[in-house]
Amino acid sequence: MGVTIDLLLNAIASGILLGGLYAAVSLGVSISFGMLDIVNIAHPAFVILGSFVAYIANTTLGADPLLTSIVVAPVFYALGALVFQVYYVSFERHGRDSLRGLAFFFGLMFITEVGLILVFGVDYRSVQTAYIGPSLNFGEVGIPLRLLVPCVASLALLATIQLFLRRSFTGRAILAVAQNQVALQFQGADPIRIRRIAFALSIATAAIAGALLIIIQPIEPSVDRDYIGRVFAVCVLGGMGSIPGTLLAGLILGIAESFTATFYGPSWAPAVSFGLLLLTLAIRPAGLLGR
Amino acid sequence: MRRHIGFLLAALAVALLVYLGTAWIGNDYVYFAGYVVLQYVVLATAWNILGGYTGYVNFGSAAFFAVGVYTTVVIHKTLALPVPAILPLGGLLAGILGLGMGYLTLRLRGVFFSIATLALAIVLNSMIVNWSFVGGGRGAYVIRPREIAFFTSYVQYLFVLMLVLATLAVWIARMVERSRLGRGLAAIRDDELAAEAAGVPTLKLKLIATTLSGFMMGVAGVPLPYFVTYVEPSGTFSLGYAVNAMAMPLIGGTTSWLGPLIGALLLGTLQQVATVTLSATVNLLIVGILLVLFVTLAPDGILGLGRAIVRRVRRRDG
Repeated sequence: MGVTIDLLLNAIASGILLGGLYAAVSLGVSISFGMLDIVNIAHPAFVILGSFVAYIANTTLGADPLLTSIVVAPVFYALGALVFQVYYVSFERHGRDSLRGLAFFFGLMFITEVGLILVFGVDYRSVQTAYIGPSLNFGEVGIPLRLLVPCVASLALLATIQLFLRRSFTGRAILAVAQNQVALQFQGADPIRIRRIAFALSIATAAIAGALLIIIQPIEPSVDRDYIGRVFAVCVLGGMGSIPGTLLAGLILGIAESFTATFYGPSWAPAVSFGLLLLTLAIRPAGLLGR
Repeated sequence: MRRHIGFLLAALAVALLVYLGTAWIGNDYVYFAGYVVLQYVVLATAWNILGGYTGYVNFGSAAFFAVGVYTTVVIHKTLALPVPAILPLGGLLAGILGLGMGYLTLRLRGVFFSIATLALAIVLNSMIVNWSFVGGGRGAYVIRPREIAFFTSYVQYLFVLMLVLATLAVWIARMVERSRLGRGLAAIRDDELAAEAAGVPTLKLKLIATTLSGFMMGVAGVPLPYFVTYVEPSGTFSLGYAVNAMAMPLIGGTTSWLGPLIGALLLGTLQQVATVTLSATVNLLIVGILLVLFVTLAPDGILGLGRAIVRRVRRRDG
């Protein structure tokens, strides 16, 4: 098989665009797992929930998925706060019991997925917008707007969160609670409240990531499983809780998957994230931009 | 050792009673339903050796189970050995997979092991989809022999086989629980750092538990192709196996061999009824909700609830 330059360039371009989406989907996990040490394996399920909300608004009201996701993000924030409260009262307060905490999130993932199957069935759903279809052409390299718009939106989301963490008081408190919970208590801040805000924020990003996802690809309720390996690979490779690291790792995964799909066939793409995850754990568990 | 042999004999006697009971009913449906429930007894017991005794969560039960399933598919298409001969082979392969996974991830924090097992099922799934010899994504038919000596039907034969496997699995789990190994695993579960400091060879014990648990899950999968006669990846890797293998011990109680047994019998039977009366999807939803309710409200499972009631009654009397 001849590897032509345009095939290569196209693979890189779509890899970068896909990487933007992976960074957005993984952002929530970088906050919950990377900063708060809460292993929220249900995060991809919340992302799919966000996709279905965007789908409903798009088919019934003709609303733009991105706009919908910004409107419903506060609802997801409230949902996140509720989940954190249950998690905190049932597990965290009694000291470390990671076994049951993991089982709890696994159960949440399962309930969300099966619940969506009961309501929507297992058919693939997609949205209709003006930017799905046309593409920009640069010589031999085509850039579909369907991929470009989510990628730009993802960069905006990452930048907003990064700015919030670095500049605002609450954001800095979240970074502090990630480092030392007791020290924060001495400063007179309530670490539980800060953790609740951070976790709720991570679920709010799932609403937006879900909208981006359904713009890029048609989805059905069990698509979340394809993303479990990806989000944790990105989170660990990026270096637990680093937002620039999340973007970098997302791009690396996107390009790696795009190459695999182009040169070996798309059915191998899900295995890439797992390989990347194992490789990172074996060689550099601290990740690329880890502390 | 004599106590363990005694328990095995008692367990086999119970299994014999179960066999006689089903033979007396003599309906093939009983064998079908019974097989599924007993398969879950093996899976839940195997999960609990790592999850309950050691405190390490395995989300990839379906992957280990599938190794057993596809070992049978390969053997069926090549050597065509009888099922009992495939059992150790399927178990061994799944055990090696467990050892490899454990070796790569168990030296880090436990949560990385859990995440890796979650992704493992997805990777094995895409490997099977790409492997046309075992049917790829389309699936493969496994024709079972029409009849078999000493049994009224092939399904009865598989049911008895699974009954023996379930008995052995519970026996092994009980033996592990009460051995030096079990005490070492419990020490890891309670405080790994302290265990390490006290001279418990934590990595070695964790690897033994992962391998043994993987072995038993693989064995549980071996007879499945002959049971369902048609094997395809999405059914074999279904999240149902992973969630049940985990929910059953957590609902029954994780610290004792009795917990997974109670959980599997209860939840397995409930699902057999719910599949007939409601639907397979609703029935998975019930399992998910029960799992979340139990881990949040009754962290020690049914066994823990039972113990609490006994304690309260005693206190009132005394």
